[in-house]
Amino acid sequence: MTTPLLEVKDLFCERDERVLFAGLCFALNPGEIIQVEGPNGSGKTTLLRILSGLSQSFEGDIFLKGEPIAEVRDEFLASLLYFGHLPGVKATLTPEENLRWYCALHPHTRIEGISMALSNVGLYGYEDVPCHSLSAGQNRRVSLARLYLSEAPLWVLDEPFTAIDKRGVARKEALIARHAEQGGSVILTTHHELGIHDNLRRVSLGAPQENADVQG
Amino acid sequence: MCRDDALELSLTRVFWITLKRDLMLAYRRRNDLISPLMFFLMVATLFPLGVSPDPQFLSQAAAGIVWVAALLATLLSMDSLFRSDYDDGSLEQMLLSPQPLALLVFAKICAHWMISGLPLTLMAPLLAVMLFLPEQGMSAMVISLLLGTPTLSLIGAIGAGLTVGLRKGGVLISLLVLPLYIPVLIFGTGTVQAASAGLPVGGYLAILGAILALGMVLAPLAVAASLRISVSD
Repeated sequence: MTTPLLEVKDLFCERDERVLFAGLCFALNPGEIIQVEGPNGSGKTTLLRILSGLSQSFEGDIFLKGEPIAEVRDEFLASLLYFGHLPGVKATLTPEENLRWYCALHPHTRIEGISMALSNVGLYGYEDVPCHSLSAGQNRRVSLARLYLSEAPLWVLDEPFTAIDKRGVARKEALIARHAEQGGSVILTTHHELGIHDNLRRVSLGAPQENADVQG
Repeated sequence: MCRDDALELSLTRVFWITLKRDLMLAYRRRNDLISPLMFFLMVATLFPLGVSPDPQFLSQAAAGIVWVAALLATLLSMDSLFRSDYDDGSLEQMLLSPQPLALLVFAKICAHWMISGLPLTLMAPLLAVMLFLPEQGMSAMVISLLLGTPTLSLIGAIGAGLTVGLRKGGVLISLLVLPLYIPVLIFGTGTVQAASAGLPVGGYLAILGAILALGMVLAPLAVAASLRISVSD
């Protein structure tokens, strides 16, 4: 049996005196996709922020390839791609400048693939337009272009399909499925019914107070 | 290729790229750059009108006026240091980068100084002339500001990092940071006054330099820690 890429043991998180989840355990193996489900306010974003290391307000253990993530922080950050609610796109910079800076921050990215990535997300011809003149969906696409640049095995995606049109969603789903086929792992939240069925598991965060359970 | 070499190269590169990015962002919103400078200019212009236009009095007060105005102008511009990065999620990406956060922060502070402290320093001689600062105090004024304003940016960044998660951080920054600004102000004005009186200024400048050196080493680490706290909520 292989060691899971990311393993969560007995995770407990409380927010504003409400228990969001308690005793949450799951493992994310290479080649697997986990969709975190649950109603609004059930702690999906909080869970992903904890998994990405942004939030420290939790109890329990998170392991990367069997090692606690606090001990292998550099390796963890190098193998992580986090896509949050906020796109991380500077309005006064152009899409290309935004991605260049992202590539500088993250060594495991293909800086030469920027124009390819932009055309893959349908922004060909918009490379030199400042992001404030792009639409909300296009700004999300600038951020999503990172998925094409990154070589990180672990993708943590929080609502990646918000404000993306149908065709765009289909392409992103294909991209996520391909990432999993190539041995990468994805954990994502979305209210959208995923068109991916291979290697997909669901983690349900119930209404607050109830324990979360994992379905195989 | 040797891995250590590549790593070192990428650290220098990431510093320059972040510096360049922040300068470019500032350049694209250059209207915002003018307000601290305007503030600086207005204080120095209004002071003689409000208090006394007497050259004798002004030459006594010039060092203090210029330094206090520079300090407050820096403080005014501090809140914006991490604000927009926090609002659009760039800060999260910085925190999740494998590059050392303190280095990225240091690059941002350098950029902040270049667009606030440096122009203030360059403008100071003009104000000093307007306020009848004795001629022998002029170079001491510029050198003390050159050593002092980066310290103001470094210390202010700690306050900015701690308050960036709060909606209304502006007032809190002043409260947090002002006590730490006081030594810089005292030795800054001290330098100019000593020089105006024809006394040696080496000691004052050495202390300003020492505070700056300490700030350059420690402040980025403190800012990195404060940003982690601000983002983790």
